[in-house]
Amino acid sequence: MDWDFYGQHLIPALNDGLWISILLILPSATGGLALGILTGTIRTFGPPWLKRIGNFYAGIFRGTPLVVQLFILYFGLPNIGIYLSPYAAAVTGFILCSGAYQSEYIRGGLSAIKRGQLMAAKSLGFSSTGSIFWIVLPQAMRRALPGCGNEIIYLIKYSSLAYIITCIEITGQARDVATTYFRFTESFFVAGLYYLALVSIAGIALGKLEKKLYIPGFGKQH
Amino acid sequence: MNNNVATVLQITDIHKVLGGKEILRGVSMTVDKGELKILIGPSGGGKSTLLQCINFLLPPDQGRIFLDGSEVHFHKKAELYRYRQQVGMIFQDFNLFDHLNALDNVSIALRKVKKIHKAEAGDRAYHELERVGLSDKTDLYPAELSGGQKQRVSIARALAMDPKVILLDEPTSALDPELIGEVLRVIVDLARSGMTMIMATHQIGYVKSLTNEILFMENGRIIEHGPPEKLLSADADTRCRGFCEMLKDLVREP
Ligand SMILES: Nc1ncnc2c1ncn2[C@@H]1O[C@H](COP(=O)(O)OP(=O)(O)O)[C@@H](O)[C@H]1O
Ligand SMILES: [Mg+2]
Repeated sequence: MDWDFYGQHLIPALNDGLWISILLILPSATGGLALGILTGTIRTFGPPWLKRIGNFYAGIFRGTPLVVQLFILYFGLPNIGIYLSPYAAAVTGFILCSGAYQSEYIRGGLSAIKRGQLMAAKSLGFSSTGSIFWIVLPQAMRRALPGCGNEIIYLIKYSSLAYIITCIEITGQARDVATTYFRFTESFFVAGLYYLALVSIAGIALGKLEKKLYIPGFGKQH
Repeated sequence: MNNNVATVLQITDIHKVLGGKEILRGVSMTVDKGELKILIGPSGGGKSTLLQCINFLLPPDQGRIFLDGSEVHFHKKAELYRYRQQVGMIFQDFNLFDHLNALDNVSIALRKVKKIHKAEAGDRAYHELERVGLSDKTDLYPAELSGGQKQRVSIARALAMDPKVILLDEPTSALDPELIGEVLRVIVDLARSGMTMIMATHQIGYVKSLTNEILFMENGRIIEHGPPEKLLSADADTRCRGFCEMLKDLVREP
């Protein structure tokens, strides 16, 4: 085996890419989740006009390919005078796309909460926002957690699309090395292992979180 | 306006239309301090709707509500939220907060609504759970409690807010027969200690001796009201007595 290729070219390049990937994934996952909670709540409890905006947003971003969204953000927005760096365009695209999917899970979680929970909160003097924030959302989040976790796993994998708008993360680095040395199989195989590691770490972290948030009556161990 | 200082809650001429049907057709009542009012009547008569209108979970279409002599303007949010803190509500199906243990169920409104410090709110919640006989269940979640225990937690939750009046909507009708007693005992204790309450119930036997007015409700109206000895006496020719006789035949009281 040609260890020099791995040790001096592929691995250092992928490690650089890994760093960028992490910088893409962390803000996109948290931003996407936050946006999803906000949008999901609005789509469930908001006034009709806001609901419509929320539904429209989720419909658009769930209904079009992520690559198209990234192209529009990176190549399209300059037409109206907005210039985003490849990194900023990628994170924006991921947050918007992930937020749309997360809002679906949150909405599902919210609509599973019985009406009586809201009535009880209001009868104690909670405001509408207070009852949603303190009573309904914490329950909905627990119900939505498996779905939201899955979406984060997907996000880790579709973060590989960032290289298309020249934000060079793991996949972009692998591609550069592959074309330079004409070694496609090894390059992408090892890149795949990097993603597998990221996904595994995320899976373990999500499992830990689920256990930490476990409450009798919620989740699997009913 | 009633100048009687002893009046806690007064409602006048409440109307409510739901789904195109007039469910409440002009309901009025006056509740004095320390009084237990019993609301009884056939299912679908509007008891739950009335209780929900009283704390504006359902806004009445018409009618006025006074607490301690001052009218409640439910369109003003701050006023509405303040009013609800003073009017406890007990639901048929408990509605405990599923994600919180017994102690936090009782303390959360103290912390988040009344903004009481966590430690103090916890002490108060513990005290209320003790009062309903659940001081050993503070760490359990609703899914780990029996129906009777859940309802007692919900009573503790209402009590912790220091309400001026508590509305109870058939607090025992979702319970297995053997659990009804423990909840009724708590309610009886409350009545004896002078808590002001309006209770919709079919367990009339237990509380008959504690009430001085039964309100019989049918088709959205209070069609009969009076002291139990008048409405339920053997020679009374009232709808209420007929209804209670029928209940007695259907279910044996604990
Ligand atoms: N949201 C609603 N829409 C339409 N009808 C309703 C609604 N809620 C209750 N009702 C009707 O109002 C009537 C009174 O109900 P309710 O107040 O629950 O009576 P009770 O508590 O005395 O059994 C019933 O006929 C019920 O079908
Ligand atoms: Mg009812």
